[in-house]
Amino acid sequence: MLEIKAVSRNFDSFAALDKVSLTIEAGEFFTLLGPSGCGKTTLLRMIAGFDQPDSGDILLDGKSIIAAPPERRPIHTIFQNYALFPHMSVAENIAFPLRMAGCGKDEINSRVAEALEDVRLPDKGKQFPDALSGGQKQRIAIARALVNRPRLLLLDEPLSALDAKLREQMQLELINLQKEIGITFIYVTHDQGEALALSHRIAVMNRGNIVQIDEPSRLYGFPNSRFVADFIGQCNLLGGVVKQVQGDRALIELDGLGPVHSIMQPNSGIEAGSHCTLTLRPEKTRISATLTQETDEAHFKGVVHDMLYLGDVTVYKVELANGMLVEALLPNSASGRARFFEVGDPVEVAWRFDAGHLVIN
Amino acid sequence: MRNQTWQKRLLTLPPLTYLLIFFAVPSLIMLFASFRYAGEYGGLAPWYYYEEGKLSFDLTLENWQRLFETDIYLRLFLKSIGYALLTTLLCILMGYPLALMIARSPKKRRDLLLLLVILPFWSNFLVRIYAWMIIFSPSGALTHMINSVLGFFGMAPITLMYSATAVIVALVYVHLPFMVLPLYANLEKHNPALLDAAQDLGANGWRRFWNVTWPLSLPGVYAGSMLVFIPVLGMFAIPELLGGTDGIMIANVIKQQFVESRDWPFGSVLSMVVTAAAVLAVLIGARFAQKGVARA
Repeated sequence: MLEIKAVSRNFDSFAALDKVSLTIEAGEFFTLLGPSGCGKTTLLRMIAGFDQPDSGDILLDGKSIIAAPPERRPIHTIFQNYALFPHMSVAENIAFPLRMAGCGKDEINSRVAEALEDVRLPDKGKQFPDALSGGQKQRIAIARALVNRPRLLLLDEPLSALDAKLREQMQLELINLQKEIGITFIYVTHDQGEALALSHRIAVMNRGNIVQIDEPSRLYGFPNSRFVADFIGQCNLLGGVVKQVQGDRALIELDGLGPVHSIMQPNSGIEAGSHCTLTLRPEKTRISATLTQETDEAHFKGVVHDMLYLGDVTVYKVELANGMLVEALLPNSASGRARFFEVGDPVEVAWRFDAGHLVIN
Repeated sequence: MRNQTWQKRLLTLPPLTYLLIFFAVPSLIMLFASFRYAGEYGGLAPWYYYEEGKLSFDLTLENWQRLFETDIYLRLFLKSIGYALLTTLLCILMGYPLALMIARSPKKRRDLLLLLVILPFWSNFLVRIYAWMIIFSPSGALTHMINSVLGFFGMAPITLMYSATAVIVALVYVHLPFMVLPLYANLEKHNPALLDAAQDLGANGWRRFWNVTWPLSLPGVYAGSMLVFIPVLGMFAIPELLGGTDGIMIANVIKQQFVESRDWPFGSVLSMVVTAAAVLAVLIGARFAQKGVARA
């Protein structure tokens, strides 16, 4: 539905976007995720029409839209701080795109009332944006952007101004809203948790390039690079060299630690001699006081270096023999007992061969 | 809390005292003078006297009646309001694009452009009016140019000097910075995301201006309008030097009453009318501006 074809954009000598290509399907909740300066906002502004690519093309339903100014594109944006018009009432704000499209008065009134119902603020029409809370402003911005049914809705970090509790609630509302109306959402954020929670698919961007496009669970479970593994969630990154490949199993010599086995994904391109990184999620890493007896586990001795009690879980940082810190997560499921280990305790870190994920450096 | 309100009141005490002594008291003196008789050789006649040991007052409404006896003064007053309104309108028409242009130019260049706007203040007001006298003079290049064009089309030559046109041109020239500065201060604070949002939602350049920029700038328009309208209403030097008989304004007649006619009481009456009009303009303007600020 939306096709981005080899789009490049340079600001002076800095390449904000470097031949980015991407296809977004109709009805998809698609997220552009990356650190600040990765090019995600530039790409969003190009889709909206506020910026022009130096080269490449953007197609909506097969037709190039780059010649059309923003006001002629059936694409609306939710801006970071909502950009509600302060001199217009809530109803006038929502009526704005209808007025610009030349709708009649009766039609405007009925559709504004409908839109206010949809965002569950039916009696706020006469108020001014200043009188609204952050969450209400957010909903009005959504109502305004959706009232004349755009083909695409772009959302530029719309939840960043809200507090944590409200943000979670708005995330659920966004998911349900998108499901209900079926309009394609393109969401920009630097918050990986938000991206995982909301999206059907995520494009992880870095330095003007798309690093990986995948569903949230695959992105988290099978990152294709050190960057993605590190950027999405917490991750232990253990460098090493592949010694041997046998079927779906690789034998790796971890730097300063020794050999471990790891299960590989098919077609990963890993072969003997490859320099690679074993990416290991903290929640898949066990720590215990006793030695493991399992034969399909890797295990190393270490000392508890640091711990973070977070209520639901405790994060332990264990220093291994090579001086490296490995993070392990322990759920605090046993009531009353918050700490299993203390700083300085000798422990063993272990993980199953299929817990880690190998990526080529 | 109580302490704080007292502190605030204390802070407003110096300006309040100043205004009391130099504005409120003189205005009251003028108001009082408008009910007195003129002295035989100018000035004011005594307003009370003792007759046979009894105190009598010598006050009158004559001066105020005189205001309404002919329509000369009221017409002159309305004409002055007309000049002030026209000057304000022209200042908006010319100052708005300028202020908008400055507010939207790169940050580094803005200071320079603002400096250029206030540059005329560096030379004396009267000197600048004299400069206009030279520009408008019948032998000046401007008049020559206009008249040669008019002559080419077979029309009668005109004189610019001592005309209403000359007065309006100079009024606009002098007061333009007072419109540009408050407008710029307002426009510069506009959130550019609002224009993006308007464009995103289907508004072309023209509609973005009328639906977003203009309504949000109204407090600046009101502030600038007051800063232009009020001084123009009481303007004396410009019509005196450039206006001749055609371009005369109410302030010139006030000066005439005080100096040439030596009729202080009637001069006071006319002054009161101008002061009242200015106060009214401030009240109306402040009301509009407040309404705008509450929303912007």
